Amino acid sequence: MPLSSSAIRANLLLLRGGCGLFVSSRLASSAMLSTRPYKLHKLESGPASEAQVTSDEARKYYRDMATVRRMETAAGNLYKEKAIRGFCHLYSGQEACCVGMEAVLDRNDPVITAYRAHGWTYTRGVPVKAVLSELTGRASGCAKGKGGSMHMYNHNFYGGNGIVGAQVPLGAGIAFAQKYREDKRVCVTLYGDGAANQGQVFEAFNMAKLWDLPCIFVCENNKYGMGTAVERAAASTAYYTRGDYIPGLWVDAMDVITVREATRFAKDWCLSGKGPILLEMETYRYHGHSMSDPGTSYRTREEVQSMRQMRDPIASFRQTLLTAELVAEEELKEIDQSVRKEVDEAVQAAKTNAVPDPKELYTNVYSQPPSGQPNYRIRGIDQFTWSAN
Amino acid sequence: CRSLAARLGPVCLDAASFSHRRLSFGPQFVYTPESADKSLGETSRMNLFQAVTSALDNTLANDPSAVVFGEDVAFGGVFRCTVGLKDKYGKDRVFNTPLSEQGIVGFAIGHAVAGATTVAEIQFGDYIFPAFDQIANEASKYRYRSGNHFNCGSLTVRAPIGAVGHGALYHSQSPEGFFAHLPGIKVVIPRGPIQAKGLLLACINDPDPCFYFEPKILYRSAVEDVPVNGYVLPIGKAEVLIEGSDVTLIGYGTQVHVLREVARLAQSELGVSCELIDMRTILPFDEETVYASVCKTGRCLIAHEAPLTGGFGAELAASVQEHCFLNLEAPVRRVTGHDTPFPHIFENFYLPNQRRCLAAIKDLIGY
Repeated sequence: MPLSSSAIRANLLLLRGGCGLFVSSRLASSAMLSTRPYKLHKLESGPASEAQVTSDEARKYYRDMATVRRMETAAGNLYKEKAIRGFCHLYSGQEACCVGMEAVLDRNDPVITAYRAHGWTYTRGVPVKAVLSELTGRASGCAKGKGGSMHMYNHNFYGGNGIVGAQVPLGAGIAFAQKYREDKRVCVTLYGDGAANQGQVFEAFNMAKLWDLPCIFVCENNKYGMGTAVERAAASTAYYTRGDYIPGLWVDAMDVITVREATRFAKDWCLSGKGPILLEMETYRYHGHSMSDPGTSYRTREEVQSMRQMRDPIASFRQTLLTAELVAEEELKEIDQSVRKEVDEAVQAAKTNAVPDPKELYTNVYSQPPSGQPNYRIRGIDQFTWSAN
Repeated sequence: CRSLAARLGPVCLDAASFSHRRLSFGPQFVYTPESADKSLGETSRMNLFQAVTSALDNTLANDPSAVVFGEDVAFGGVFRCTVGLKDKYGKDRVFNTPLSEQGIVGFAIGHAVAGATTVAEIQFGDYIFPAFDQIANEASKYRYRSGNHFNCGSLTVRAPIGAVGHGALYHSQSPEGFFAHLPGIKVVIPRGPIQAKGLLLACINDPDPCFYFEPKILYRSAVEDVPVNGYVLPIGKAEVLIEGSDVTLIGYGTQVHVLREVARLAQSELGVSCELIDMRTILPFDEETVYASVCKTGRCLIAHEAPLTGGFGAELAASVQEHCFLNLEAPVRRVTGHDTPFPHIFENFYLPNQRRCLAAIKDLIGY
C-alpha cells in the first residue's frame, strides 16, 4: 500500500538492523494512510484519498479482522467435526468489509445482511462465544440456538437472512423507519453479487430513491454467486452502477482503510438528505460458498492462493501498520495470541454448553398465546414433546 | 418380546443428556428398493437423482424443443440431477439462469406458452416463493382465462423438498400444501427412483403445468434398478403399497418409507394390519383409491412433514370424512410437522416420526 511521505520519512529515520529491539515510544501515534482508488457513478467527487489512522484504531481494526478470521476458521473446523451441521457460509477473506464499515458506523446505525453473516454478527457486538454457540445450536447462541448460521441477530443487527435478496427491501424499510423517526442514522443493507440479479433488489432501489431513504446499499461482490462467476450471471457486473439513478462507489474492499473512508463518505451522503447510495465492495472469499462446497470446481487453486498471498486484507494491513510504525510487531503478535485464546475458549463453550430447552421448539411462533384462549397450544405437538418439559 | 415403550424409545426427555447431533436426526427410515415392470426392458442401477437425469436425458433426446434450465444446472446441479446433460445436448438447451426465482418461473411459463417443452429447476423448494405469483396467477390460470386459446402445459418445474436432518428453516420445507390450493396445476411427489423417472416423464408429457417436488433426502439413499428407456407412470393415481384391513396409512415422498416401518411395527407390536397408500399426486389427488381404502378399513392416518394447519392432510381428512363417514370407526388422524417454522434444533421432535405415528395408530384402534 502506498504510504504518505511523512510515514516514509519516519520509516527511514528509524531504520535499524539486527534483532530489531523496538522501543514503543518510537511508534507513531497516528499516520496518514492512503486509500485505494475508487470508481464513481453519478458522483462528482468521492471519498478521501488518504486518511488519518491512530494506533488505537489500527490495533482495533487488526484485532477485529484477526478475530473474524480465526472465528471462521474455528467454525469450519467445528463443521468438519460435525459439531455444526446444516449450512455454514464463511466470511474469510472479506474481513475488511465489515470491520472497515463498522469503523464509521455506530451501534445505532442498523445493519442487515444475507447469510454470510458471522463476521458482521461479531462486529455488531455479538461475542465469538455466542456466534459459535449459535452455530452449534446451544442455548447460549445469540438466537437461543433457534436460528443457526444464517440467522444471527443483535441490537440494530437485523440478521442473517437465508433467502437471497429478501433482506434488501427489508433494509429499505428499516431506513424508512429511521427517516420517519428523524433519527440521524443510516441503514446499511448488504447483499451479494448473486442477489444483485433479484427483482426485489430493484424494487427496493426504486423505493429508496423515490423517498430519499438514508440507506447505504452494499453489494459485497466476491466474484462468485455460489459456483457461478459474475460474468455468467449478470449482464452488467459493474454492480456499483446498477442502482442506475442511485449514485454509486466501487471500493477495493481488500483494504480496511479504503472501506472505512468509503463508508464515511456514504454515511455523510445519506445523512445530508441526499437519499440512498450504493457501494460495491469488491472482495474475495477463500472458502467455498458453504462448507458443502470445496470452492475449487469453478475457480483454480492458484487464484485462491494468489489472493491469499497478494491481497489478504489482514496481512496487507499488518504490513502497512508495521511500515507506518503505528503498531509494533510484538503487539500484533500479542493480539494474535489473545485472539487465539478467545476463540479457543469460545470453541470449547460451543461444544459443551447446554442445548436449548425442548420447549424452544414451539416458542416464539407468535408474541404470546392468543388472548381469550388460555389453553392455547401450538397445533400438531403431541405428548412426546409436551412430556419433555 | 420387547415392550412397545422400549421400541418407541424414551418418552421423557432429559434435555441435558442430548447432544446436538442426536437432536437433528431427520426422517428415520430404511429405503426398500422396488423393481420395475419387466416389460419396460433393460435397467440400470440408479439412485433418485440419476433417475431424474435419465428422465431429462430421454426428454432432451426425443423432443427437440425441450430445454432444461435453472441455477447451476449446467455443471450438473447442486444435487447432481443434470450431470452430463449440457455436454450431451449443448448449452443452448441446458443452461444456467441468474439467481432470480420469479424470473426463472415467469420466463419458463412464457417459453412453455410459446410451445416449447420447458423444464425449469428451482434449486430448493424453500426458494420457490418469489415465483409463487407467477405460478398462482399466470401458470395455473392461463388455459382457463384464455378460454383454451393458450396454455403453458408444456411447463414442468422441479424442486427438491423435505427434511434431511440438518437443513433447518430454509432447506427443509415441504411447500406442497400451498400448491394444492391452485386449480389448474398438477403437483407430483415421487417416493423412489423408478417412480421418480416415470412420474417426471409423465409430468413433462402432461398437457398441464406440473410441479414436481423431489424429496431431497432420497436423492442418494434411494437406489433401484431403473429402466433406461422412457416410460410414464400415471399422474392422478395413488398406489396401494401394502394391503391391510385395520388402518389406512396415507403419505407421500419420504414419509411413505417411514410409514412402511410404522406398518411393520403396528403388525408386530400391536397386531394391527395397516394398508399403506402413496398418494404420488397431490393435485389432482386420487379420491377413489383413498375412499375405497378407508371405507374398507374404517380408520385413517395421514402423515406429512409439512405443518398441520392447512396442510395437505387437512384436505385429505376433510374429504375422507365426507365420503367415508358411515364407515369410520374413529376420527381421521393427522401426524404432521408442528405449526412452527421448520426448526434448526429438535428436528426429530418436529417430524412425523415412527413413534408419533404408532401412538396415533394406538389411539385409532383404541377409540
